[in-house]
Amino acid sequence: MEQMGDGSREEAFQSRIDAEVRIEPRDWMPQRYRSTLVRQIAQHAHSEIIGMQPEGNWITRAPSLRRKAILLAKVQDEAGHGLYLYAAAETLGVEREALVEMLQTGRQKYSSIFNYPTLSWADVGAIGWLVDGAAITNQLALTHTSYGPYARAMVRICREESFHQRQGFELLWQLSHGTAAQHQMAQDSIDRWWWPSLMMFGPPDQASPNTAQSMRWGIKRVSNDELRQRFVDMTVPQARALGLSLPDPDLRWNESTGRHDFGPIDWEEFQRVVAGDGPCNAERLRCRRQAHQEGEWVREAARSWAARHAPTRSEVA
Amino acid sequence: MTQAQGLPLWEVFVRSRRGLSHIHVGSLHAADWEMAVQNARDLYTRRSEGVSIWVVAATDIHASDPDDRGPLFDPPGDKVYRHPTFYQVPEDLKL
Repeated sequence: MEQMGDGSREEAFQSRIDAEVRIEPRDWMPQRYRSTLVRQIAQHAHSEIIGMQPEGNWITRAPSLRRKAILLAKVQDEAGHGLYLYAAAETLGVEREALVEMLQTGRQKYSSIFNYPTLSWADVGAIGWLVDGAAITNQLALTHTSYGPYARAMVRICREESFHQRQGFELLWQLSHGTAAQHQMAQDSIDRWWWPSLMMFGPPDQASPNTAQSMRWGIKRVSNDELRQRFVDMTVPQARALGLSLPDPDLRWNESTGRHDFGPIDWEEFQRVVAGDGPCNAERLRCRRQAHQEGEWVREAARSWAARHAPTRSEVA
Repeated sequence: MTQAQGLPLWEVFVRSRRGLSHIHVGSLHAADWEMAVQNARDLYTRRSEGVSIWVVAATDIHASDPDDRGPLFDPPGDKVYRHPTFYQVPEDLKL
């Protein structure tokens, strides 16, 4: 086989990306493409896993059996989404244990949105409608990402997420059209979750140093600001339909751009929460470590059982 | 914190309905094949996506080298007579 230098390999790699050809696990890829993907996919996976906590908090207090079943299914989906993503990250040659370790020691991040507390039942609705709505906006763009396993995980996740957003909308709609106290609970929840949801898309384009390279590699297909704008444009009419207001006095339709203008985002708050100083950072990591440690005996038992009963085979269907 | 010893990796294939082949859907970790099948059921068929599951230990899969694409897959390229469009037949015939 012809041996190519890294320079010409990189050129061949880039021209494959430019031709919209997907990269698959065993293809040659630049080291920085690989490490960027590992970091991004792992962070995405960690977010799904940590994201189980704020909603899981309400499972035992769901107001009806119907709501409880929905919430259980949703939280189980988040676990599944985390696992799809860990599996995608592992195709890049990183071990699952290493990823779990990096989450639990704070060396890899997860989405800062999950460092905010769920103070009322309405927050379960706000997470579904706003947080999952923002996540879907981002993930839809990622279904076209250049790395095959990541794109395929995104397709699967997007298919499942739409239920998450709709159940959140429905939950808020019921509260909004219920008693005055219920309506107020829904409004209070939106007031708290709106701005953190806008922050989910990350820093503004001019302050996002890695964006250009990620775009060139086809990892990122749409910029942070454009995704944020799409989310705002999508959400405003939905808020109107809910009969709830979005807490931004500067939010208005701009006839000339055909899009909504909105007020400035508090990026200092964003940086503070990313740096670890959000309302729930310590609590989220403590819970995750505890759950992992408490599950150790199960993994140990499974390994021990497998060692004693190997190797048996099932019939192929 | 104790560093857990990793469980083996399994590749998962799901038959979405009778009459179709099993298709690769992803991977997961499990101690043995029975646990892998159960985990695959929970992970990849939460919405009736399948009627049958295969799991294969990832270490048992052998694959062609992506850099061999040329040498390995090129030969059929010049055997155009393997395709029906290679042949001239009267245009008004259904053949």
